[in-house]
Amino acid sequence: MAVLENMAEAKDGVDQETVDAVQSLSATYKHGWETEIETDYAPKGLDENIVRLISEKNGEPEWMTEWRLEAYRRWLKMDEPEWAMVDYPAIDFQDQYYYAKPKSMAEKPKSLDEVDPKLLETYEKLGIPLKEQMVLAGVDGAGNSPYEGRKVAVDAVFDSVSVGTTFQAELEKAGVIFCSISEAVRKHPDLVRKYLGSVVPQSDNFYATLNSAVYSDGSFVYVPEGVRCPMELSTYFRINAENTGQFERTLIIADKGSYVSYLEGCTAPQRDTNQLHAAVVELVALEDAEIKYSTVQNWYPGDENGRGGIYNFVTKRADCRGARSKVMWTQVETGSAVTWKYPSCILRGAESQGEFYSIAITNNRQQADTGTKMVHLGKNTKSRIVSKGISAGRAQNTYRGLVSMHPRASGSRNYTQCDSLLIGGKCGAHTVPYIEVKNNSSRVEHEATTSKVDEDQLFYCRQRGMDEEEAVALVVNGFCKDVLQALPMEFAMEAQQLVAISLEGSVG
Amino acid sequence: MGLPARRQEDTEARVAHLVVPDGAAWATEVRKQAVSRYLAMGLPERRDEYWRFTRPDDLNAPQAPPAAVVDFKEAPAFGEVDRLKVVFRDGVFDAEASDDLSCEGLEVERLQSATAHDIHWSKDVYGVLEARGQVPVARPFAALNTAFATDGIVIRATERVSKPVNLIYLHENPDSDAILHFAIKVESGADLTVLENGPAAARFNKCMEVDVADGGAFHHVRAQGRDHERRAVTHMFARLGQESAFKSFTLTVNGVLTRNEAFIELVGDNAVSHIAGAAVGDGDFHHDDTVFVVHDAVGCESRQVFKKVLRNGAVGAFQGKILVKEGAQKTDGYQISQSLLLDEDAQFLAKPELEIYADDVACSHGSTSGAIDEDALFYLQSRGLPRPEAQDLLVLAFLAEAIEEIESEDIAEDIYGRLEGWLQRRRQ
Repeated sequence: MAVLENMAEAKDGVDQETVDAVQSLSATYKHGWETEIETDYAPKGLDENIVRLISEKNGEPEWMTEWRLEAYRRWLKMDEPEWAMVDYPAIDFQDQYYYAKPKSMAEKPKSLDEVDPKLLETYEKLGIPLKEQMVLAGVDGAGNSPYEGRKVAVDAVFDSVSVGTTFQAELEKAGVIFCSISEAVRKHPDLVRKYLGSVVPQSDNFYATLNSAVYSDGSFVYVPEGVRCPMELSTYFRINAENTGQFERTLIIADKGSYVSYLEGCTAPQRDTNQLHAAVVELVALEDAEIKYSTVQNWYPGDENGRGGIYNFVTKRADCRGARSKVMWTQVETGSAVTWKYPSCILRGAESQGEFYSIAITNNRQQADTGTKMVHLGKNTKSRIVSKGISAGRAQNTYRGLVSMHPRASGSRNYTQCDSLLIGGKCGAHTVPYIEVKNNSSRVEHEATTSKVDEDQLFYCRQRGMDEEEAVALVVNGFCKDVLQALPMEFAMEAQQLVAISLEGSVG
Repeated sequence: MGLPARRQEDTEARVAHLVVPDGAAWATEVRKQAVSRYLAMGLPERRDEYWRFTRPDDLNAPQAPPAAVVDFKEAPAFGEVDRLKVVFRDGVFDAEASDDLSCEGLEVERLQSATAHDIHWSKDVYGVLEARGQVPVARPFAALNTAFATDGIVIRATERVSKPVNLIYLHENPDSDAILHFAIKVESGADLTVLENGPAAARFNKCMEVDVADGGAFHHVRAQGRDHERRAVTHMFARLGQESAFKSFTLTVNGVLTRNEAFIELVGDNAVSHIAGAAVGDGDFHHDDTVFVVHDAVGCESRQVFKKVLRNGAVGAFQGKILVKEGAQKTDGYQISQSLLLDEDAQFLAKPELEIYADDVACSHGSTSGAIDEDALFYLQSRGLPRPEAQDLLVLAFLAEAIEEIESEDIAEDIYGRLEGWLQRRRQ
């Protein structure tokens, strides 16, 4: 706990008792346990046979296998990106399992009742009920959520496979397709073929290409024209098996005039080794459609010395194809040892809108390089970026973003605000925005600040009887308010607690 | 790590006709090291992150692209200011046209002569600050300059120097390719102002190293203007001691390609660095301000204020960075980059960056881009001002924040006057 010792030196006002109390509170990653379940692995390493094997296990048609192989061949020729402000030992891509599936899932269960109780238990423990009679009951299934009774359909992904998807029947009635992507490839090949890779092309970047080759499962959503999805959709990703990379692929299509809100959560067991997670998320919004995509990313961040944790290298992109379409990305990034993630919007349709709200918290030795790209192609398009980065311990937190106004995107508008908060003198907070304006009727505004937690605010809270830790959590929550408000209510509550937990042991 | 064959060839070809000047052993060593630095870095490419907004081709070419010699028939900049003139004609010092440079507290010497002495104060500055500024980002044209600069002067201020030193660059040969190097030392408690103006050459590579000792102050005002075909790459390297001050302002008007880089290191506590720029571009104009400010001491203040007014296909780029090193507490860093795009063809490209490793800091940056405010135009027109004049008034107001960074009122007036005149003539 070198950080705390430093803090104690740095701050005369903190007595040893407080420091001890805070120390006893750390090591608080709640989801670090492991489910003991027999797992089937594909052989370690990666070659064309593994790609074929994954495709075969998913029962995919020929075109999908070819698509994967093409991606794999391209991937071989690509270099790992090095421009991000993150530093980690080289990844041995041959020392990973690319496919892991619980043995009990050998036969895909026909309904949730047939799912291995161990798996159901796992999700229950995570607070993600897969039984349809239950509803999401706030954080940790405490059952005291004021929003009890609100339905959320869940697709649960465990290592490489989708365990089950709830409320499918009810969604079907509304015409919404919500299933695992492997199921979609089989049942709705036309839709998948039309849209898969249309937003994030096969060879978009190193990790997206890898994902195109070896993605094992993920969620698929199609909301038909004019339909307002009757409930929130959600995917819960869990990495369980050791030395296994998780490569999920999500594809959401909102047809004309439809609306969908999608939530994503992720956790992993606590281990000493690093694990790779390279996902691709593609969103397509047609005319007047709206997609709200919220993420609470809580992968295991590694211990305070930077041992273990997930490498989270994710490509997320939305294509606002239709006029007046709208996409809103909201993310709370508290986990992962290394995060490399830039949820973006291609604003193609006239008057389309993209929004990005982000909280990225890094503590101990975590590193995050995250932000967004807003590419304005259509006339009168609008985008808004609100990013809050919080860095504590010895962590490095970078906002990296692009706002690009193309010559034809006349009358467009962007507002960007990125604020960083530093807690302690050993961490770093960085801002790397790119602004490219190629027409004069568009307005672009960018603001960024970096500061420390305000002493006066802390003092005020302390004076009202809060301990230092609570005071910091409160101030930080206030700092994040703009983003927390953009989250769906269930998530907002979880996120608020996560903000406090992530900062435990970092008092400043 | 070697360069790819093609890049290495180009890098060598670029300097094939240049000769490392003779000098004392230490100077030869400095130049030799600069040559190896340059060869190791190689010429920039568009793919390089640091050159993503600016195409370096014209700067990379072994021969300078020709630039017509233009006589604008207007009073040179700083004409009204009582100053000491140092004149360079296509990159060669012209003693006759220059003033007698004896002034209290001021030592001026030609670069060739300074670097011929075995013992000389400029040893601590020449090539030293440039080399420091090569990390973390390579600046190959600066290394090239240190290695091959054929002329230049070294200036030392030992007390408050009453008159500014005005470096005047005349352009008379349409093919000239000038490389000038300046090493400046402002001693403890001294105060020096350096002014620069003139088109210089068809292609101009200038490097200025400024070492400001504890309590020293350095002021710099530059007018790069009115020479339509100029290509220029300039570097300013500064190291600031305790409680010292560094203030630099640049006015850029046209020129085909201008890349102004600055690398400022605040190494003494409570040092202050202000760097500002106003650019007005019309037509075939590419202007790039690349600024890197390093806070490596406690309680320092830095400001970057850059304003660009662009029209008719002009492109303005800004890359500004504030790096606050670990332990550089109580840093106050501010950066603003704004552009006013007067028509559909203008472009503004910006990368305002913060990299911060200390917690007790207040750093902020802002960047905006957009068209002229129609409401403000309408308001002025409703008061009887014709639209073009109203627009110029708003342009001047927009640039004012950068010009206000100039401390001397006389010099600021001169800059305002030039801008006003330029806008007025453009209207006619």
